[in-house]
Amino acid sequence: MTHLAIGNWGHLFVIIAFFSALAAGVAYTWVTWSEKEGLDHNNSESWKRFSRLLFVIHGVAVFGIITCLYTIISNHYYEYHYAWSHSSNDLPWYYMISSFWEGQEGSFLLWIFWHVLFGFILIKVNKTWEAPVLAVFCMVQAFLLSMIIGVEIPGLDWRLGSSPFILLKDFMGDIPVYKSNPDFIPEDGTGLNLLLQNYWMVIHPPTLFLGFAATLVPFAYCIAGLATKKYKEWVRPALPWALFGIMILGTGILMGGYWAYETLNFGGYWNWDPVENAVYVPWLILVGAVHTMISYKNSNTALRASVILVITAFLLILYSTYLTRSGVLGNASVHSFTDLGLNNQLFIYLAAFALLSLVLVIIRWKHIPSNAKETSTYSREFWIFLGVTFLCLAAFQVIIPTSIPVFNAIIKEFGIDSNIAPPTDPVIFYSRWQIWFAMIIAILSGIGQYFWWKKGENGSVFKALKIPIMFSLLISALVILLTDLAEFDKEIVKDSDFAYKKISYILLWTAATFSVTANASIFIKLVRSNLALSGGAIAHMGIALMLIGIVFSSGYSSVMSRNISGMVLVRDAGEEFNRDNLLLWLNEPMALADYQVTYRGVKYEADGFPGYIDIYNVLHTDDPLKFISRKDIFHDGKKYFSEGDTLKIQPNNLYYEIEYKEADGSAFTLYPRVQANEAMEGKVASPDIKRFPGADLYTHISFVLDEEQKEWSEPKGIQAKTGDTLFLGDHVAIFRKITTPKGLPGVNVNVRDIFVRAEVEVLDKEKNHMLRPSLLIPMDGGEPAFLDDFSPDLGLNLALMNIDPNTGMFTFAERTTQKDFVILKAVQKPLINVLWIGTFVLVIGMVIAIIRRYKEFRKMRDKGVE
Amino acid sequence: MKLPHIIGLIIIAVAIGVLISTAGNASEYVTFKDAWELAEDGSSSKVHVVGKLKKDANGGIKGMFYNPAMDPNYFVFTMIDNNSEEREVIYYQPKPQDLDKTEQVVVIGKFRGKDFVADQILLKCPSKYQETEVKQK
Repeated sequence: MTHLAIGNWGHLFVIIAFFSALAAGVAYTWVTWSEKEGLDHNNSESWKRFSRLLFVIHGVAVFGIITCLYTIISNHYYEYHYAWSHSSNDLPWYYMISSFWEGQEGSFLLWIFWHVLFGFILIKVNKTWEAPVLAVFCMVQAFLLSMIIGVEIPGLDWRLGSSPFILLKDFMGDIPVYKSNPDFIPEDGTGLNLLLQNYWMVIHPPTLFLGFAATLVPFAYCIAGLATKKYKEWVRPALPWALFGIMILGTGILMGGYWAYETLNFGGYWNWDPVENAVYVPWLILVGAVHTMISYKNSNTALRASVILVITAFLLILYSTYLTRSGVLGNASVHSFTDLGLNNQLFIYLAAFALLSLVLVIIRWKHIPSNAKETSTYSREFWIFLGVTFLCLAAFQVIIPTSIPVFNAIIKEFGIDSNIAPPTDPVIFYSRWQIWFAMIIAILSGIGQYFWWKKGENGSVFKALKIPIMFSLLISALVILLTDLAEFDKEIVKDSDFAYKKISYILLWTAATFSVTANASIFIKLVRSNLALSGGAIAHMGIALMLIGIVFSSGYSSVMSRNISGMVLVRDAGEEFNRDNLLLWLNEPMALADYQVTYRGVKYEADGFPGYIDIYNVLHTDDPLKFISRKDIFHDGKKYFSEGDTLKIQPNNLYYEIEYKEADGSAFTLYPRVQANEAMEGKVASPDIKRFPGADLYTHISFVLDEEQKEWSEPKGIQAKTGDTLFLGDHVAIFRKITTPKGLPGVNVNVRDIFVRAEVEVLDKEKNHMLRPSLLIPMDGGEPAFLDDFSPDLGLNLALMNIDPNTGMFTFAERTTQKDFVILKAVQKPLINVLWIGTFVLVIGMVIAIIRRYKEFRKMRDKGVE
Repeated sequence: MKLPHIIGLIIIAVAIGVLISTAGNASEYVTFKDAWELAEDGSSSKVHVVGKLKKDANGGIKGMFYNPAMDPNYFVFTMIDNNSEEREVIYYQPKPQDLDKTEQVVVIGKFRGKDFVADQILLKCPSKYQETEVKQK
């Protein structure tokens, strides 16, 4: 049965939400205008109530859309394209949430949802700002809803938006299935991309879109301020929201990085991928905006800069949306949304707001108060302004190369084919610039804090700074001398001059140490007087700690799996190319740095089992997710499954057991994963990480032998009686005995069937291996069933083919394959924990700052000022 | 000179530096022929070359060598660029696991001697998003 009603409801809600947003926008604009012109107060109050009602209708409709779409996904209504292409039957509920925003339409909905929530909060907390701010909100909402409305524009061959409620039948068009069976509904969906089946991917997108939504609030206040000629007053209510935006957007970005670190195999948390850059840049600008806003609140400087930065931050969020969703990046990024043909619509969205803001700023520019007073080197505003300047330059340096695909697209519009490609090594290219910006900003954050709290107008601040400067120089010098900071892994200096890198890392380390010390000393002073004011000092400390974590984990990461013993095919490769991957034969220990590592075989994870199960210990069934155990399965001495039990296994996930032994005998095991990702038609390797307090040991698989790629020898027939000695491959084996087990896992054995199992012991260097092939001959004359046995250690497969009851002669078939191996890369990342700790410190500082700024706003509002 | 002027000059200088470095570091999409000429001219910059794997009539890949047991960090394959020029590409890393399934390859690197040495190999695999078939049971 096709569930048409729910989709129709959903579509209806989209249309209601779209038009109610438009109507509320018009109504709020009218209220704004009448309030500004001082028209009849009662009249505008009643209009305001009406606008509010329209916005509530809009909000309810948005909740309706979300409910409908989630119902479709969670009830597996595969007649809908969205459910079919983003979910599947076996998906647990928490990943259904991820399915919801895996597609573009769902992620737009998420964004729309946060705006509704913020809209409600703003209606609740504001007195005078409601109408103009909500008018901006409604405009944004109308644009966003137009992306998912999915309506054909009559007369123009153009579809507005892409509806999440489209039926699979309508999406697929004329495929044969629907001709023979118009009511066809697939039994299962195509599933959620396996890479996204990770807990971070459940919360990373909502956090990021919450951050996106948070940039709209200061923007709306700023536009409202310009439109209603309240040039200064918008700063106070906008400030806590801008701080909130920094915190959430920053957390969202880092969650993405953490997911990449745990799941992808490029070996880090940041790859200077265009999509990462596209959110990093607005974040930097928003950080700049917060600083100029604070500077304005305290000394009436930098108001114009605040206007420009707040608007730019929001426009950059729209630009990043355009970059990621229009398909303009092409293959340049790991994050690829489906190209839904929204290119033009996204461009209009961006252009409309850019134009609107530009016009408004130009008209109002000369009315925005500016402080023409000469800034003194000793004023705190000077240092803040300098810091903001460098934040903007850092943003500029990233956004220009990231936009290369956009430049290509623009030139193409003029008929010129451009062949410019992004820089070949983005990590080296961007780091080379960003490291200096980070250094300058770290130093300025330390000095700036001193000027801020000392209120110094002369040289006394520099005098006070002497102590943190000396202290931090001492610490960093000691660390440089006592550790091997001056020694570098060759990888990072591969094609760059050694000294340059060495100096820049050491300088950044010193600058960050200074920032931590300076901000810590300010913090200690503030704690004694008023903890509520310490948000800035704590947040700056957090940033500096993050920089320290980044310097060490990236700059001083070292490849441990360097291939020193392997044969080198080409000697002329030179020093420039590192041989970073190591081959491990099954069960043969190899030296890796100070460890002895051994590959112990391929494993599965099973539901309800705490460990990993050897893939050769279970048998496939017709159900791809159900397996039958071939033997009793234990973990830590406790029995979890008996022979013949059914296990639930996700066979796309293969875990390669890698045992690390230290010289002192202590050991740990890592399970890097390889996913056979059907959706991507490929294999995806994810690392496993051993976390020590001082460093992470990161291990990922770079090459495995495919089951299908394994080459098998032709089957060789062998005849033997029990007790005979045989030659199997290169090994000597003894045919020990025959048993007649009662049953066979996965096979129905009739009492009268002949069912035998041979036990063949193969002698090997370390230990002997028992192979147990079985044979079932049904009495009803049916086909015999063979259950062969495979020893991965020997690369040997043995089947029992026939029994001659007269002679007692057994016929075996022997096949051999190459011995299993994996190729892995192991990297050590020192002090990466400092990066995560710094992130927490930053968030704590931001929370304290948000509370303080919100209280300020509330106080003024309750006084009736705002 | 006043302080704001000095800062203004610094900003302009850094901005120009950024533009120059972007232009200087931007790579190019070229053919093997262009890449060869660039290397002959002594250019050390790396380029992008787009192409396909060399395949036989049955779709099997030709001219590929990877023997991990001997050297896991040495992989060679034959690539045909958009001008139908055929070249050996050396990659000092393990063979990319999905190379066999790929439709299009982008190699980033430069010529050293007669072989193109790739730093990175980007694969364009048939992606989930081009799904046009519905599985039936």
